[in-house]
Amino acid sequence: MTKDKEQMTKIKFATVWLAGCSGCHMSFLDMDEWLLELANYVDVVYSPIGCDLKEYPAGVDVCLVEGGVANQDNLELIHEVRAKTKTLISFGDCAVTANVPGMRNMLGGSEPVLKRGYLELGDVTPQLPNEPGIVPELLEQVLPIHELVSVDIFLPGCPPDAARIRATIEPLLKGEQPKMEGRAMIKFG
Amino acid sequence: MSVKTLTINNTPVAAEEGKTILEAAKEAGIHIPTLCFLEGVSTVAACRMCLVEIEGINKLLPACVTQVTEAIVVHTNTPKLQEYRRMVIELLFAEGNHVCSICVANGNCELQNLAIEVGMDHTRFPYRFPKRSVDVSHPQFGIDRNRCILCTRCVRVCGEIEGAHVWDVAQRGADAYIVSGLSQPWSEVEACTSCGKCVDACPTGAIFRKGTTTAEKQRDRAKLQFLVDAREKHEWTR
Repeated sequence: MTKDKEQMTKIKFATVWLAGCSGCHMSFLDMDEWLLELANYVDVVYSPIGCDLKEYPAGVDVCLVEGGVANQDNLELIHEVRAKTKTLISFGDCAVTANVPGMRNMLGGSEPVLKRGYLELGDVTPQLPNEPGIVPELLEQVLPIHELVSVDIFLPGCPPDAARIRATIEPLLKGEQPKMEGRAMIKFG
Repeated sequence: MSVKTLTINNTPVAAEEGKTILEAAKEAGIHIPTLCFLEGVSTVAACRMCLVEIEGINKLLPACVTQVTEAIVVHTNTPKLQEYRRMVIELLFAEGNHVCSICVANGNCELQNLAIEVGMDHTRFPYRFPKRSVDVSHPQFGIDRNRCILCTRCVRVCGEIEGAHVWDVAQRGADAYIVSGLSQPWSEVEACTSCGKCVDACPTGAIFRKGTTTAEKQRDRAKLQFLVDAREKHEWTR
């Protein structure tokens, strides 16, 4: 196989970071030397830890999405990701359940959250952030991504450990579906 | 005592009259998932995890309260039951605020274990994110109602084994919650003996010992069974 041809058959791979702590991405890096193996199969076309491109490209084969949908930016990106991705993986508990970011939902809407964070607890010049077009507006509720777009594979865990991430991705490289069952694969938390 | 013969999952089973299908299955080594059921206290069939199919009966019956009858043919793990059990667990997760990652019971939780057993990788129902209260007024224990699934094990263990009846269920339907005393802070309920049986009985992290943090909850479930055996069978040693 020529180098060009090899390049063409590589899987277009992306990772996206919405409202999460980036722990899932750190766990992804915990795959250590297998990342080198993975690099033989994929082209990383969008990722906070593996690519500098700022625009989500078209025709992505596999995308891991970490985090819940908490603000306007997250919302626009998740719809773009869905439209341009074949296999969308809900990556970690925040994406699958809203998890810790979703705990603000119990306060009822974005206003009490902002007031608490920026006014009541603001020691110096307390003020609400307001920079339209630069600081994205908070949504009323943080939602798991499958409540907004369709999801192909659910990969729970806080974070999912490296072995679980690898066991999810590896079959996809061979055109197979991972088996998401049992404690090793789907335990929350 | 008369014996009933029945079939569970194509296996012939004999059980004493008055036994439940759950007991008969257990004796035959057949696993039926349970959640609100707790050895040693009364059964309430609240959670519907142990539903089984009986041929010729047009509805599903909870194995924990359904007594064996002669010649019934029981199925405990059909695709229909598997789907309903998964729905039950998904509904429980969507109904409360179950954040496994920061829960004292993470890794030692019957709700979490059942989610794995029924193959739940996400819930298909929208999360409710209800506003629920936390009471940490008791010097030794706390109750976080966000994690409560209303199985009423605490109500039963406190009323039936400890005899204190600190706990009960207030309100109805989606508003129902576990209440201490006459809707008082836990620390003000004089009936509470601080025995901790509710902590041992709670399947999730809803009732916990203070000072335990994420994934640190321990339960002495055998203590409950020991107390019941001591009283009923006069077995005084553990």
